[in-house]
Amino acid sequence: MKKVFPDAKAALDGLVFDGMTVMSGGFGLCGIPENSIAALHATGVKDLTVISNNCGVDGFGLGVLLDAKQIKKMVSSYVGENKEFERQYLAGELELEFNPQGTLAERIRAGGAGIPGFYTKTGVGTLIAEGKEARQFNGETYILETGLTADVSIIKAWKADPQGNLIFRKTARNFNPMMATAGKVTIAEVEEIVELGSFDPDHIHTPGIFVQRLFVGSFEKRIEQRTVRQRETA
Amino acid sequence: MAWSRDEMARRAALELEDGFYVNLGIGIPTLVANYIPENIDVTLQSENGMLGMGPFPFDDEVDADLINAGKQTITELRRTSYFSSADSFAMIRGGHIDLSILGAMEVSESGDIANWMIPGKLVKGMGGAMDLVAGVKRVVVIMDHANKAGQSKLLKACSLPLTGQACVDRIITTLGVFDVTPDGLVLIELAPEVSLDLVAQQTEAKYSVSDTLLKHEAA
Repeated sequence: MKKVFPDAKAALDGLVFDGMTVMSGGFGLCGIPENSIAALHATGVKDLTVISNNCGVDGFGLGVLLDAKQIKKMVSSYVGENKEFERQYLAGELELEFNPQGTLAERIRAGGAGIPGFYTKTGVGTLIAEGKEARQFNGETYILETGLTADVSIIKAWKADPQGNLIFRKTARNFNPMMATAGKVTIAEVEEIVELGSFDPDHIHTPGIFVQRLFVGSFEKRIEQRTVRQRETA
Repeated sequence: MAWSRDEMARRAALELEDGFYVNLGIGIPTLVANYIPENIDVTLQSENGMLGMGPFPFDDEVDADLINAGKQTITELRRTSYFSSADSFAMIRGGHIDLSILGAMEVSESGDIANWMIPGKLVKGMGGAMDLVAGVKRVVVIMDHANKAGQSKLLKACSLPLTGQACVDRIITTLGVFDVTPDGLVLIELAPEVSLDLVAQQTEAKYSVSDTLLKHEAA
């Protein structure tokens, strides 16, 4: 089976339908699947449930899907870096489910690992615990959270080999490895596809079994908060 | 004289111990990194997937793949490691991080903290705050003693939706330092030239004054 596709459009072919659930990797704008998001936008797909830590900014990242009103529901830990999100949410056009960031990460990890639920102490005594089963372990209260899966996961890695083995770079890793495991189909976009055998097998972050489709993208890598320090001049 | 933000951060840096792994929240807590004593070795964690956070980059070092949890560009150190968000929160939830220093809108006398939503206003989300307060071994809050309307942020009970229940260990405010103990809130330090009367006036929460109250001198 050939995993390498020419581009995002080809990689998404046959997978997209209205009302589907998509996991989209990244933290802020770092390590997001820019190319797959743009290609998803171009398909005109509607009523998406998007599981992603954040929701992009106006006109970039998932913000593109928001602007086109293609998203029905977001499952996130932190949003609102864009005005259109705020507008749609306040107008009741967009559903929103907040998850604590670690709970979101673990729900995705669990979903990909075949674990339907787990107990966590995060959120005990808060709004997050409402309606959830609580249970005592060793005298402490924990709440039940469920695993998450998606019809398609779109993720971004640094390099891949043709088998779909992936290596991430720095903090662009974030949610991408768990999302790779939790998609019925996972599409990885990468900066480079290297020859088979050029990765040290000990250094592979995500084994190729979790990646069904793969392509080389082109990346803008926009920065949200460019913070620098000045060199002291002699 | 009440502590400024930088003075609160300087005081909070005294919470650091040699060998600690520490997560600093966004805002004033970030300033604590400027006051880490030279003889103390601490490793800063950033919950988006990094241990060993370095300073902001020089202009020609900026790397879009290297940001902190506040989405600011940063740098790595020789000790740095990178990992997934799941591993990051295994560190946090699993009690492997020694100390979390974070800001708050309200703290109650039983150590409840509220810092993620104001009903009726747009809610941006809790990010990693709920995981941090639930999982990190020791939680220290830095905040103004009163809000902009002059009302106490140290309360008998929080009025805003909670981020975590009974999880705060110590609170550093503009007026002094309080510990959350099984016997209630205890005032243990006063900022320079702050009187007990002033604290009493500006505090809604019930608290006692430590027998060994430390009065800081003006710097």
